[in-house]
Amino acid sequence: MTSALDTGSLEAPPLDVASLRKEFPLLEQSSHGHRIVYLDSAASSQRPRAVLDAMDHYYETTHANVHRGVYAIAEEATRQFEAARSALGRFIGARRPETEVVFAKNATEAVNLVAHSYGRHLLPAGKAILLTELEHHANLVPWLMLAAERGTELRYIPVGEDYRLDLSRLDELMDGVGLVGVSCMSNVLGTINDLGPIVEAAHGVGAVVVADGSQLVPHRRVDVGALGVDFLAFTGHKMLGPTGIGALWGREELLDKMPPFLGGGEMIRDVRLDGFIPNDLPWKFEAGTPPIAEAVGLHAAVGFLETVGMERVASHEIELTSRAIDLLTERHGDDLRIFGPPADPERRGGVLSLGFRDIHAHDLAQVLDSEGICVRAGHHCAKPLMRRLGITATARASFYLYNGEDDVVALSRALDVAAAFFG
Amino acid sequence: MAGLEDLYREIILDHYRSPRNRGELPVPPAHKVEGFNPLCGDEVVVYLEVSDGVVTDLRISGQGCSISQSSASMMSAGVKGRPVEEVRKLIRSFKSMMSIHEHSLGGEDAEGEDETGTVSPDDLGELAALQGVVKFPVRIKCATLSWNALAQGLDEIAAGVPSGG
Repeated sequence: MTSALDTGSLEAPPLDVASLRKEFPLLEQSSHGHRIVYLDSAASSQRPRAVLDAMDHYYETTHANVHRGVYAIAEEATRQFEAARSALGRFIGARRPETEVVFAKNATEAVNLVAHSYGRHLLPAGKAILLTELEHHANLVPWLMLAAERGTELRYIPVGEDYRLDLSRLDELMDGVGLVGVSCMSNVLGTINDLGPIVEAAHGVGAVVVADGSQLVPHRRVDVGALGVDFLAFTGHKMLGPTGIGALWGREELLDKMPPFLGGGEMIRDVRLDGFIPNDLPWKFEAGTPPIAEAVGLHAAVGFLETVGMERVASHEIELTSRAIDLLTERHGDDLRIFGPPADPERRGGVLSLGFRDIHAHDLAQVLDSEGICVRAGHHCAKPLMRRLGITATARASFYLYNGEDDVVALSRALDVAAAFFG
Repeated sequence: MAGLEDLYREIILDHYRSPRNRGELPVPPAHKVEGFNPLCGDEVVVYLEVSDGVVTDLRISGQGCSISQSSASMMSAGVKGRPVEEVRKLIRSFKSMMSIHEHSLGGEDAEGEDETGTVSPDDLGELAALQGVVKFPVRIKCATLSWNALAQGLDEIAAGVPSGG
């Protein structure tokens, strides 16, 4: 295990879920006459009042376009936007957030940025791209598009029977590779990948590593330095922030060499009718008016997570995931299949992909919904992985800091309802 | 708010548990069409045999949720042995029953909903049991999956397009 993941000390006081939940207005809603049991944070988290208030406050007191006006509120908007960048950078251990953190629409756009600006321009012709079988579409399709366009060879690190990446042929797979794309944690299986050996092997052959941190950054302390990767893509709405904002962290020397991604205002230093000079980092990659209020909201989300403490968030989820696996297995026995590795503090996150009896995931999720329980049903934007597992759909329950054992008990009871309903 | 019993009528669960006309037909002479629901990964394969303007045989394979599977099963029971023109009318009627929400969801299969020549819901027989699905907009695509495949198959046969598989 790399030191990039701090799984928390046992001395940290446990989270008080009941009072924490009160900070999240949506969790006080009801659904079909039941308390909302929100178990879909791997798709998108809910956000605390602090985030909503920060965005409202920004719009009510400050809003103007950034990096343009000389008047007071425009300068303040710019200051808040750049302060959000710094806070987000510090959150992931970036040494130079002011140049290394690029705001994007989401993790998907961040990966596309790398696929375009690095993949199409700096990846040497003839070098292969190595991905894994457990990637979701965001870290798959941009590379498939690149491969289709340039004839690049794509290879895949397989997923073993233990739901973990099978690294036994890593050196062989890495030979001739120029870029590696790998997620920090699977959104289907909950597997936390050990990136250490992959990064080492990649750098050994001069390849860069693009990590997708969408599922891990919200839940564990991630330090890009310790992780050792060259790029990290992640998104705001899975970490208590608003939708419409994500980020790419990249090594400054790489970002510097890369040409711009989207063209427009903001990303230029000078424009003539016969050409343009790109702006400095990171604005070179931020064409057009950026998501300013969203950056302010994401800053508040980072503040919220830091106040709670990522170590406590991690400990809480590790404990809850372990309890959930025990409780569900005990209550439902062979009726229930969990597609993913067993509980493991360092190598498994709070995502449970479930198969229950022979009830289709869609039907299962529908019955759970009638009990107020929100789970995701389907292929989770990871169709190749689902094919590898030999299934078309699972019902996925995923946890965050506001989930407690009462949510797991509610899920278990709703499984009984589904069993009775479908006989 | 719509309850589960609006969606899962007994007849639907019956078709789900005991699907009719399940299986495959040799291609050719049968025509094969696959339908996918990108939302949930459901897939349905319709094998269709048409001779002298009549759907002489039809088989369904694939996998999916109770709504997509029971809708396919009911469809097979409803169209087998019927003239193509009647089948087309039935398809229009069924899609019309499902169309209001599908249209608002931006689905691309809503065309034809305003065409005349549909049968009234009263004449849809047991298919009317699927009417409750419109109260669950995400599930409409499950219900229409096999119908779209059937319509595509009839169009391909009429146009002389070779089978998709």
